[in-house]
Amino acid sequence: MSQTDIEIVVEDPTAPEDDSPSVVSSGTIEIVVCLLLLALAVTLGYDNWRTGASWDATGPEPGYFPFYLSVILAGGSLYGLIAALLARRVSSGTFVTRAQGRRVLAVFVPTSLFCLATQFLGLYVASFLLIAGFMRLVGRIALWKSLLTAFAFTAIMFVTFDVAFDVIMPKGPLEAALGR
Amino acid sequence: MEALGLLLHGFAVLLTWKTLVLMMVGLVLGIFVGVLPGLGGPNGVAILLPLTFTMDPTSAIVMLSCIYWGALFGGAITSILFNIPGEAWSVATTFDGYPMAQQGRAAEALTAAFTSSFVGSLVAVLLITFLAPMISSFALKFGPPEFFAVYLLTFCSFVGLGREAKHKTVISMSLGLLLAGIGMDTVSGSLRMTFGSPELLRGINFLVAVIGLFGISEILLTMEERLALRGHAASISLRVVLGVWKDLPKYWVTLLRSSFIGCWLGITPGGAIAASFMGYNLAKRFAKEPEGFGKGRIEGVFAPETAAHASGTSALLPMLALGIPGSGTAAILLGGLMVWGLNPGPLLFVEHKDFVWGLIASMYLGNVVGLVLVLTTVPIFASILRVPFAAVAPMIVVSCAIGAYAIQNAMFDIWLMLGFGVVGYVFKKIGIPLAPFTLALVLGNRAEDAFRLSMIGSGGTLKVFWSNGLVGSITTLAILLLFWPVIDNLLARVGLTHGTRATSP
Repeated sequence: MSQTDIEIVVEDPTAPEDDSPSVVSSGTIEIVVCLLLLALAVTLGYDNWRTGASWDATGPEPGYFPFYLSVILAGGSLYGLIAALLARRVSSGTFVTRAQGRRVLAVFVPTSLFCLATQFLGLYVASFLLIAGFMRLVGRIALWKSLLTAFAFTAIMFVTFDVAFDVIMPKGPLEAALGR
Repeated sequence: MEALGLLLHGFAVLLTWKTLVLMMVGLVLGIFVGVLPGLGGPNGVAILLPLTFTMDPTSAIVMLSCIYWGALFGGAITSILFNIPGEAWSVATTFDGYPMAQQGRAAEALTAAFTSSFVGSLVAVLLITFLAPMISSFALKFGPPEFFAVYLLTFCSFVGLGREAKHKTVISMSLGLLLAGIGMDTVSGSLRMTFGSPELLRGINFLVAVIGLFGISEILLTMEERLALRGHAASISLRVVLGVWKDLPKYWVTLLRSSFIGCWLGITPGGAIAASFMGYNLAKRFAKEPEGFGKGRIEGVFAPETAAHASGTSALLPMLALGIPGSGTAAILLGGLMVWGLNPGPLLFVEHKDFVWGLIASMYLGNVVGLVLVLTTVPIFASILRVPFAAVAPMIVVSCAIGAYAIQNAMFDIWLMLGFGVVGYVFKKIGIPLAPFTLALVLGNRAEDAFRLSMIGSGGTLKVFWSNGLVGSITTLAILLLFWPVIDNLLARVGLTHGTRATSP
């Protein structure tokens, strides 16, 4: 068998445009993240202080280790906050463009809905809906292909985990009706 | 040699049909994971971990580590044929691998990549075989202070030697350590940072966090990019393979140099990514005609692939010998050990001989089988990329959710995974490294226990960390590494060194 050179070509019909305007800069996100981390550090630090963060006869109390970690986290985020604020005056790169943001949301929103559906309909029904819906709506793939792929994948997962390996997933009304 | 006898015993443990089948399954899944964009070694291992919950530990680790070898092999395929690195550590492989494919030498480049991967990991496995038992028997003398000093050394070297902004590494690490502390305190039994929530009582599971951080966030990141691709299809003939192998001895210096770089960076937390770039750069610097690099030189494929594989494999050395993972994937395997009820650390070599030597033997066998497998099945794996990402992405999401749920049978964990997915996405985009977080989350409780046990032993004085030569030198080294950038700067100012930081790009 000698070397063949058939090209593999895959198109991306909904690719984000390169010249899309920036929604938010990295600097702004860095500031927000540092503020959130600072808030988290203060909350956790307070809770550990309450638990007891001092040093008794046998060594540190339960809150000692995490308390000082909160202090380190607070210090790190404060430093990051100041660094980000100072760097802001110069310039900062794009965190996400509008087109990219749209695409990210196109995965994130269905994923969140999938988690919600798992809670009420069970994992297998939710995964069928996610795969079929995503392939059809985001990937613009033919309906029959989407439905077939979704069904096949969900069925394989069910057989692998529920039947073969005994790993039980959340179930919903459909499985109850089928007696599983 | 005692190690050789034990290794043979390991092969005996391994050579059952069941383990061999699991090994093949692991390798195929791993190559799949390595080829697909939006999935990498750590995610693949984390997502597939639940499959192993009902297996015995030896079969489980053999399958999981084979997923890891497979992912290392798989990353090279897309780099060479499509100029798309399937993994960050195969970026350097694209420099010369893709030009070679464009010149119609794809088969040659792929053979070179797979062969050098094999050589790299072979050197690393030899190192593990002979060094790991020695280190672990030495570490058997360790008490809590020594262990805490080693943990401290690991954390400090991440901060001091990491390439990211120092405060970002500190943020990532302290956050990981904090989240590890949530739930029941293992020493006193009291509750910490649970805020009365019964869900937080269990603590934040390491694997759930990893699945979110690496799996979900990677999909979000991948979707941002243009996913159209165009590349070469290639099949490898025996003639090409033999041709490359015949020339192999000519490049022994490159192979050996890259293996050493890889092993060193794998054991210290430098990682496969740094190793592959360093391997490439050094091969270029020492080459007789450096101009040829980037235009399709075969050494440009040999050097980064050998280093990446050597590093990926040797990252398991500190995990096996000391219970300290050298990479993100090793950290996940360590999480696996705990799930299967094994206690990572030097005692592993004494109490679970079958497990340890079975794993080491599987590294030899897995790499040989993997090499044959990738050489023969490249066309099939390359065509996986024809499957549109819109079909792959939701399947990965479902697999992540199954993995996250299965660990503790908790719906809350699926939400937690989603949350960590967002955190991972944002962190990666603003340059907060995830590896220190992962490491801190998995080692947090053990480090704290070691610290508190040493405190109880010493009556509450920090002097215990300098109480004997061994622990004292580890602790001092840790502190030196933490402040390494400052020290390096000072030395450069006095003119003692040329200042590595100043010359690095």
